[in-house]
Amino acid sequence: MPLASYQTSVPVVVDDAKCIADKGCTVCVDVCPLDVLRISDMTGKAYMAYDECWYCMPCEADCPTGAVTVNIPYLLR
Amino acid sequence: MALDQIVDGLSEVSCDVLVIGGGTAGPMAALKAKLRNPKADVVLLEKANVKRSGAISMGMDGLNNAVIPGYATPEQYTKEITIANDGIVDQKAVYKYAQNCYKIVEELDSFGIRFLKNENGDFAVKKVHHIGTYVLPMPNGDTVKKALYRQLRRARILISNRYMATRLLKSGDGRVAGAISVNTRTAEILVIKAKAVVLCMGAAGRLGLPTSGYMFGTYENAANSGDGYAMAYHAGAALANLECYQINPLIKDYNGPACAYVAGPFGAFTANNEGSRFIECDYWSGQMMLEFYNELLSGKGPVFLQLKHLHEKTIEEIESTLHKVERPTRGLFQHGRGVDYRQESIEMHISEIGLCSGHSASGVFVDDNARTTVPGLYAAGDMASVPHNYMLGAFTNGSVAGTDAMEFADSHDFAHFDAADVALERERVLAPTTREDGIPPNQIEYKTRRLVNDYLQPPKVTRKYELGMRRLAEVREDMTQRMIARNAHELLRALEVQSIMDCADMAAHASLFREESRWGLYHWRTDFPEKDNENWFCHTLLSNQDGRMTSAKRAVEPYIVPIADDEKDLYDKQRVRASV
Repeated sequence: MPLASYQTSVPVVVDDAKCIADKGCTVCVDVCPLDVLRISDMTGKAYMAYDECWYCMPCEADCPTGAVTVNIPYLLR
Repeated sequence: MALDQIVDGLSEVSCDVLVIGGGTAGPMAALKAKLRNPKADVVLLEKANVKRSGAISMGMDGLNNAVIPGYATPEQYTKEITIANDGIVDQKAVYKYAQNCYKIVEELDSFGIRFLKNENGDFAVKKVHHIGTYVLPMPNGDTVKKALYRQLRRARILISNRYMATRLLKSGDGRVAGAISVNTRTAEILVIKAKAVVLCMGAAGRLGLPTSGYMFGTYENAANSGDGYAMAYHAGAALANLECYQINPLIKDYNGPACAYVAGPFGAFTANNEGSRFIECDYWSGQMMLEFYNELLSGKGPVFLQLKHLHEKTIEEIESTLHKVERPTRGLFQHGRGVDYRQESIEMHISEIGLCSGHSASGVFVDDNARTTVPGLYAAGDMASVPHNYMLGAFTNGSVAGTDAMEFADSHDFAHFDAADVALERERVLAPTTREDGIPPNQIEYKTRRLVNDYLQPPKVTRKYELGMRRLAEVREDMTQRMIARNAHELLRALEVQSIMDCADMAAHASLFREESRWGLYHWRTDFPEKDNENWFCHTLLSNQDGRMTSAKRAVEPYIVPIADDEKDLYDKQRVRASV
């Protein structure tokens, strides 16, 4: 069966202007219990690659520059 | 190399004690093992990152079951848990916990995790349980994981993050010999030889589907997919009382605790739509959950946690705890809905089902030394069978497991496993990556968990269970033959759903075996609606016997703390009586 991808709004938002992943920081990617954050090849910034969030907050709490915001996933907001 | 790209690789390391799971019990087990023999190698393997993994990823608001001298005795606590768990308790392990947990509290205090003290400098313990007083708030509970991590570094524990253990290795004579794991970002296989293994892999919390429909919006940390239960099963260890599900009263939709343990001691209470109390006690027991469920269905719901009658200062204090520790996004959630605790009560609902001894009793069977039925294999925390053990139980029993495991390792050499077992497991693990076409793990998982809700959620109906097991078998066939993973991250999810499926099968099997109702809502069988002490005052042990899932009765060990006849049913009287 062929696969399709479908759209989903992701709860974790990264402010590219504040994110320093392009300078080698990987804190949010490192701490996420569900391992859903990645660094973009295109922008060099962190982003949520997989919509599998427990809205638990280590990414936001541990980000050294305050670039990460955790929102409540839309389905349960 | 880009993250998640599949890499072909197989390596092998060895250690004296391997601890799997770096949440709560695991770090303590690793520390204590190392303390027991500082020259030995202790590896702590973690699917996520030890810094922020497990149920207490963002800390914890308090100890829910602390036996603090002057407030409670080990005898009182053992009695309370025996009654709360409907009598099906091997008291030795509970009593040992109750005796040891104060030492662990003092140790945690020395790690820098502070507990609430009164003006005299004594621990300020609060009452939440039906009978005794065991709840100790942690004003800086958000620092727990950091404090633990410092200790791990200081003790030179070897930490391996982002490795998911998939199966245990055993020798021909049945001893544990190590574990096989897979890197969650590269799919490389790592074999870890060990003299003793401690499983601290958390609850099976991704079993039922939350009513929000968001697969990861579970009560438990969604990383806790029951991998430990599945691994123990496949290694031939016995699992106890899996039919005693975990079902909790939670903030509706948010699916986290509201939390009555924090707010209750200040005067908050659970109320129905008329604003009336309907349960005597907010402590999470199956009997309480049954009344909660009945109230929701009776037309007197919704059910709320009510705080608005409290003083502004009190509400502020509760709010600051709820919005800072354990599930800090609670504040964001309530704010988004415009709920102010001063004006409005918190709407509650009941959670999806799970397996978790932390709040109920279902887990890998262990004795009072945290030993499973497989020599050299230990279990502690939410996945081990010591009932109602919460966070402090994970720490205390993790400590017992680590110490005993190192003693075992010190007196045994490595057990030898068959290299063919590694090859077979590698093939099984990587199978979803070898297919060109198929069904993605998220669809297999959604369907499995939707079936769990449709058929396994209490009330448990025999006919529904039989149908559910048939449907699950069909999905298992798809999972085994057709599931596809296109990168290492999808492979992680593909492996997790196999644990979820195993847990669903075990939950169903165990539930059908026990032909009575017990533990309130947790095991309410409509075809056997009464508690049957004559035939079922026993544990049930589920295990893999030559590839067949098998359940058997096991006698409850004679009590060391006697329970009087008029005390036995104290937890059955949860509903508030109409005043005369």
